[in-house]
Amino acid sequence: MISKKDVEHVALLARLELKEEEKEMYTRQLNDILKYAHKLQQLNTEDVTPTAHVLPIKNVFREDQVGDHLPNEKALANAPDKEGNYIKVPKIM
Amino acid sequence: MSLNRMTAHELHELMLKKEVSAVEITNAVYSRIDEVEEKVKAYITITKEQALETARRVDEKIAAGEQVSPLAGIPIAIKDNICTNGVKTTCASKILYNFVPPYDATVMNKLNARHAVMVGKTNMDEFAMGSSTENSAFHTTRNPWDTERVPGGSSGGSAAAVAAGECIVALGSDTGGSIRQPAAFCGVVGMKPTYGAVSRYGLVAFASSLDQIGPFTKDVTDCALVLDAICGHDPLDSTSVKYQHPDYTQYLQNDVRGLKIGVPKEYMAEGLDPKMRRVIEEAIVTFSNLGAVVEETSLPHTEYALAAYYLIAPAEASSNLARYDGVRYGYRNVEADNVLEMFMKSRSEGFGDEVKRRIMLGTYALSAGYYDAYYNKALKVRTLIKQDFDKAFEKYDLLLSPTTPGPAFKVGENTADPVQMYLQDIFTLSVNLAGIPGISIPCGFVDGLPAGLQLMGKPFSEGTLLRAAYTFEQNTEFNRQCPAF
Repeated sequence: MISKKDVEHVALLARLELKEEEKEMYTRQLNDILKYAHKLQQLNTEDVTPTAHVLPIKNVFREDQVGDHLPNEKALANAPDKEGNYIKVPKIM
Repeated sequence: MSLNRMTAHELHELMLKKEVSAVEITNAVYSRIDEVEEKVKAYITITKEQALETARRVDEKIAAGEQVSPLAGIPIAIKDNICTNGVKTTCASKILYNFVPPYDATVMNKLNARHAVMVGKTNMDEFAMGSSTENSAFHTTRNPWDTERVPGGSSGGSAAAVAAGECIVALGSDTGGSIRQPAAFCGVVGMKPTYGAVSRYGLVAFASSLDQIGPFTKDVTDCALVLDAICGHDPLDSTSVKYQHPDYTQYLQNDVRGLKIGVPKEYMAEGLDPKMRRVIEEAIVTFSNLGAVVEETSLPHTEYALAAYYLIAPAEASSNLARYDGVRYGYRNVEADNVLEMFMKSRSEGFGDEVKRRIMLGTYALSAGYYDAYYNKALKVRTLIKQDFDKAFEKYDLLLSPTTPGPAFKVGENTADPVQMYLQDIFTLSVNLAGIPGISIPCGFVDGLPAGLQLMGKPFSEGTLLRAAYTFEQNTEFNRQCPAF
């Protein structure tokens, strides 16, 4: 069972700020979903290798060559706030 | 027949014969949009000026006797999670409400090189999370067959636009059924290619090990044409497979004699609408009569697929969506006075309910103490599901099933209970877990609403899927029916 405290902890990890009613809704709904997901425990998977990816691709390398890149003004065009060639954010410390 | 109702291959012929121009076709599509878009709401952004400009260029090329691609001058709608240079790409989310990509997705580069005419960007469930488009931050798209009903999702806008004649073909993306399910609900053809067949570069990531871009079309021939245009290795996507894909149109053969088709019994069981079952059984008879060998088979771990999927996809999503923090693009809360508060407020105000639910679920499944019990367990079950398919494909060329448990449901019918909504994907999501190709084609009607037949194949067997789908289409009339409205 997930408690409201678990939901608050997970929300902080996920950088989400939840309202009181959202905390209650997600506590209920996440419990429903995890209760459903619990059926996976019926399967014995001790000797099964996990599949994170279906392709047999490992590392994909290329030559270390300089290619085209976006000019600064295009790369910054979507920034909510900027100053000169930098993205501006509120204070960090 | 009006131009907007025709297929890409029919329009291509007419353009080459100079019986119709690309500009006329484009105008016909926009007239249709003016007529019905208020009711269907398939689009988020319309790009008419740019479209007419491309159409004019195609007409000049044809007039000059230049050779043009089968998609030149063909109006195509693009799901709003595919990056389009200079054209807003929102993922139907408030957090990307103003995002204008400074580059094109690889599929867009391919379509632009072929002079396809982009009509606009289509509505979807926010970040492709949903089965109805009701999770769009902007509006709900309606099913052209019955506007009280959903078009399916998450690529509901693309499916509805094709069905309503608001474009000729469309692109969507499919993570657990997001092309096949809306294609089934809207009575059109939709294909999810093999994982790695189409580049994901420029597709806004939801669950990277499951996402694939694919076509929506009115018939199987158009599906082959769009697939030909978008498939291929791309150095910009490290999961794109180095594989020389065949000319898919060569598989458009009216012949399934000797083809071995398995029908997984788990897909014909519990949860399937009895009327839907009858339609699928008729389709099985059609394939048998045409000379295919159809037999019952089993994918024994099917009942675990939904649970595995709804841990794996949210886990990947929680990681992929960590990038939306209000720093570099998209929505930012401007009142926060430190950066952590800005992250928290921007994300909480920018994401909708379903997206937050999946981020929470995924974060939980990946968090210390639960990783093995949930995420890693789900990855192991994924292996078992993949092995089921591998085993079935030792014996069968294709597997056949319904695409969805029932026809399109009503707007609001499944919004209260997330698990109920997730059950809509029960027949489609195993295909993504296994990384194999799947196609949904119209196969009849249930209570006047379209029903979809799903064909699933081995990795890179798109050709076989197209051949079987084409044969079915040539011997039935379902795909020729359009919504009356």
